[in-house]
Amino acid sequence: MAILEVKDIHKSFGKTEVLKGISFSMEEGQVLSIIGSSGSGKTTLLRCICFLESADTGKILLDGAPLFDGDAPPLKPAAQRHLQTKIGLVFQQFNLFPQYNVLDNVTLAVKLRAKERPDFKKNRKQIYAEIEEKAKVLLAKMGLSDKLENYPCELSGGQQQRVSIARAMALEPKILFFDEPTSALDPELTGEILKVIRELAAEHMTMVIVTHEMNFAKEVSDHIVFMDHGVIAEEGRALDLFENPQTDRLKAFLSSHN
Amino acid sequence: MEKIIEQFPIVFQALNSGFLQTLKLFCTTLLGALPLGLIIAFGSMSKFKPLSAVVRTFVWIIRGSPLMIQLLIIYYFPGLVWNNPIWGSGENGRFLAATVAFIINYACYFSEIYRGGIQSIPVGQHEAAQVLGMSKGQTFFRVILLQVVKRIVPPMSNEIITLVKDTSLARIIALHEVLFTGENFLTGSRGIAGEVWPLFFTGVYYLIFSGLLTILFNKIEKKLSYFKV
Repeated sequence: MAILEVKDIHKSFGKTEVLKGISFSMEEGQVLSIIGSSGSGKTTLLRCICFLESADTGKILLDGAPLFDGDAPPLKPAAQRHLQTKIGLVFQQFNLFPQYNVLDNVTLAVKLRAKERPDFKKNRKQIYAEIEEKAKVLLAKMGLSDKLENYPCELSGGQQQRVSIARAMALEPKILFFDEPTSALDPELTGEILKVIRELAAEHMTMVIVTHEMNFAKEVSDHIVFMDHGVIAEEGRALDLFENPQTDRLKAFLSSHN
Repeated sequence: MEKIIEQFPIVFQALNSGFLQTLKLFCTTLLGALPLGLIIAFGSMSKFKPLSAVVRTFVWIIRGSPLMIQLLIIYYFPGLVWNNPIWGSGENGRFLAATVAFIINYACYFSEIYRGGIQSIPVGQHEAAQVLGMSKGQTFFRVILLQVVKRIVPPMSNEIITLVKDTSLARIIALHEVLFTGENFLTGSRGIAGEVWPLFFTGVYYLIFSGLLTILFNKIEKKLSYFKV
């Protein structure tokens, strides 16, 4: 069964239709990249899946459970929050919490969620210790073991983005979304983020990546979705799509990105 | 000069008790206006248009008219117009009326500072908290609030130092605060009359107090300088 199914999603802002019927699905452990020029609707699509925008019509299913159903009443806040923690989102602008150090940025949401556990009061110390231990392991994987006590303003953009990946991973999401994770970084810093994503892919983390890094998308993705003016103009296996584009629009897009 | 040295202990004692009243008005105003301002700020940011319109009109009236007039209306209106002097007589009544006027006035100013602070926090902070599964309340208290506090410390310190001196406006309803006490030595009080220096000397109280507050606010700013917003 597909882990993520998007069915005929439409979304307008005022009179502008940004998504004109988007459908795709992906399997667990896959990496899917969404490419396309600015304004093609990539980010809006991601935001609709992650509850940051509400689509107008269509269906979005995560592991069979509806994240969005245009025919049903909207989800209750508690139900939405429950589903929200199953999806992680890494922002273009990192959006770390400036008043917390690296470790607290990663553990804050996990600790707040742990408060809802029935055994929280009894085992508080132990639960917090476990959460911190897990966060430290994650941050070590990101190469940030020596930065636990640092605040975001003391880190480089690449380091901040790695913290934000760890923060998203800390809730153990089923699927991780990246919204142009390297676009706010200097070129020499994009490499460290791409390396982290590559490592996650090797561990079969299910990921959806909106990106302008074509070579990276080709290398890391199982599947590519090419969006143009609010529709999926072409999709397919990464190699096929890049080596043998079928539509003129994708050919034009790829040649302008080389 | 000798005369001043002779009068000083009497004047000093009187001004001290006057300043105590000033300090009381200052503290109760802050205690009431800081939380009330936050409530007014949420009202003026409400998505329910009639509510935000009413709140913003109220803020406009309060900020747009002199505090002195508000003091006079609040103190005299119930007694003179309704024939119902709700404040009671004497110093306690005057203090109560002055407190109410000051709290309403300063809450409106604070509300605009809060509103500016809250709205200046990038939407990405709310979104990041949301995708991490935090509730609206958790997002505000655990993520947004401290960033707002950091942003509003400079304008707040400005407003609070203005409050130190604005307390002297309560003199218009004869509240026995420090300025009123000093002025009394012109007309005659505690065996001293026709002396203007006590009135001028009250300025020293305001200077020292606002100086201490400035130091306090600098400390707070420093304390919050470990992060950037």
